[in-house]
Amino acid sequence: MSAPAVEVRNLVKRYGAATALHGISLTVARGQLLALLGTNGAGKTTTIEICEGFRRADSGSVRVLGLDPSVDARELRPQVGVMLQDGVGGYTGAKALELLELFGSYAAHPLDARDLLARVGLAEAASRPVKRLSGGQQQRLSLAMALIGRPALLFLDEPTAGMDPQARRTTWALIRQLRTDGVSVVLTTHYLDEAEELADNVIVLHEGQIVAEGSPAELVRSDAAGKIRFSAPSGLVIADLQLALPSGAQVSEPAPGNYLVAAPVTPELLAAVTAWCAAHGVLAEGLTVERRRLEDVFLTLTSSSG
Amino acid sequence: MTTFTPAPGAAGTGRMLAAQTRMEFKLLLRNGEQVGLTLVIPLLLEFFFNLPMLYSLDGRRIDFMVPSILALAVMSASFTGLAIGTGFERKYAVLKRLGATALPRQVLLLGKTCAVLILQVFQAALICGFGLVLGWHPAGNPIWAGLLLIAGTLAFGGLGLLLAGTVRAEVTLAAANLIWLVLLFGGGIAIPLSRYPAAAADLLRFLPSAALSDGLHQVLQHGGGFPVRDLLTLLVWAGLALPAAARWFRWE
Repeated sequence: MSAPAVEVRNLVKRYGAATALHGISLTVARGQLLALLGTNGAGKTTTIEICEGFRRADSGSVRVLGLDPSVDARELRPQVGVMLQDGVGGYTGAKALELLELFGSYAAHPLDARDLLARVGLAEAASRPVKRLSGGQQQRLSLAMALIGRPALLFLDEPTAGMDPQARRTTWALIRQLRTDGVSVVLTTHYLDEAEELADNVIVLHEGQIVAEGSPAELVRSDAAGKIRFSAPSGLVIADLQLALPSGAQVSEPAPGNYLVAAPVTPELLAAVTAWCAAHGVLAEGLTVERRRLEDVFLTLTSSSG
Repeated sequence: MTTFTPAPGAAGTGRMLAAQTRMEFKLLLRNGEQVGLTLVIPLLLEFFFNLPMLYSLDGRRIDFMVPSILALAVMSASFTGLAIGTGFERKYAVLKRLGATALPRQVLLLGKTCAVLILQVFQAALICGFGLVLGWHPAGNPIWAGLLLIAGTLAFGGLGLLLAGTVRAEVTLAAANLIWLVLLFGGGIAIPLSRYPAAAADLLRFLPSAALSDGLHQVLQHGGGFPVRDLLTLLVWAGLALPAAARWFRWE
């Protein structure tokens, strides 16, 4: 049982002339949560569906819980929970609880369907046909269907797409508990805050290649200078200000009277800027602090196409 | 508080099959057109073909009609109905989701077939009951007839699932209806094989429709004994079609 939850090496997938994945490699340790982040067409779903055994890679190797999904499906499927993109799948004419119970009946030690339905906030929708559920409700049912068999590993393809903010928060709390309880998770998302909130590791995919990976904190830190802006009378001696700041900070005056300090933003940096201003009798007006979030990193990485 | 601590594993095959059959049967009943196709149309046909205006038949008309209608009803529900329903489930990714669970393909296909089998118990009861109202005099051993109906369901169910699992839903729709029509007229249900040239009849009698229809006529109309050849023919079709469906069925 010591094999990683997912181990992918040099995965290549082509659809006709188009190459969807250009040899990506990734590893998910047991009990870890990996977020695959990227825009539409980045290769997230292709990656996850190869791991689920729905598609075959053109080359490269895939091991899921130590098994090959395209060969050992029979052994692997009971151990893996899956949430597909776009709706529930399964019988839309069935009622929500019926469908969840059906999925429970496939498993050796299923969770209680009624409890689980309540846990995802669908207790009142239990006897509603699946096709009458709203998009967000279908997503939550779909998540419950992925969980009911008590899998060791979960693949969640855009788990909170179409959910209202309230439901997203609830779902995040649930996913955090999954991690606490020792379930390994791979999820794809467009939402940066989702990756930032939930993931141990983030992989940013762009046009079928990994353009960045690491913990959310590492990604933000890696090339992430923050900014402090303020306005003051023009003509301050910016070289003098720069000397007063921690090394590496860059001070500039992009427009007369507008000042920009570019450096990783820390409380000390902010204190040093305001202390220098006070010492020189300068009132820094409209002072703003910008810290890089994962969003900035993501936009930088994925904006330059090719 | 629910705990999600992993405890994976597949349920036993028996439990999966029971749950799958129950769900498939519920869904069949919820599908209005399906129930109509399966239950009402055969009764209407039974009534109209029993009217002596279409073509003449030897012997009592209703005694020919009931076994024919039983065969037709089995073929409609197990082959055409099951093929079209399953084809569209594939198209709309219903089955893709099931493919990501511990449910094996064979159990899914068997569950669907069993659900149709249950539906056909009701269907056969209705057809026979309505036949009695119209003056039907059943002959022969009803157990032999029951075995023929079960074997027919397995054979047609297997063929329907094989079709649905291997070609596109739209093709399934067209093919399932076309084949139904061909088997109805060329396969010994609407027209007795005795009306065909002997050489053609010898070949046609090995079609599943002909075996089912002929067997039912032998037993129910002529009071014949154990229908060895027809039952065997149907079991061979079932033995080929069901494993082939399980082998080549694609979830997506």
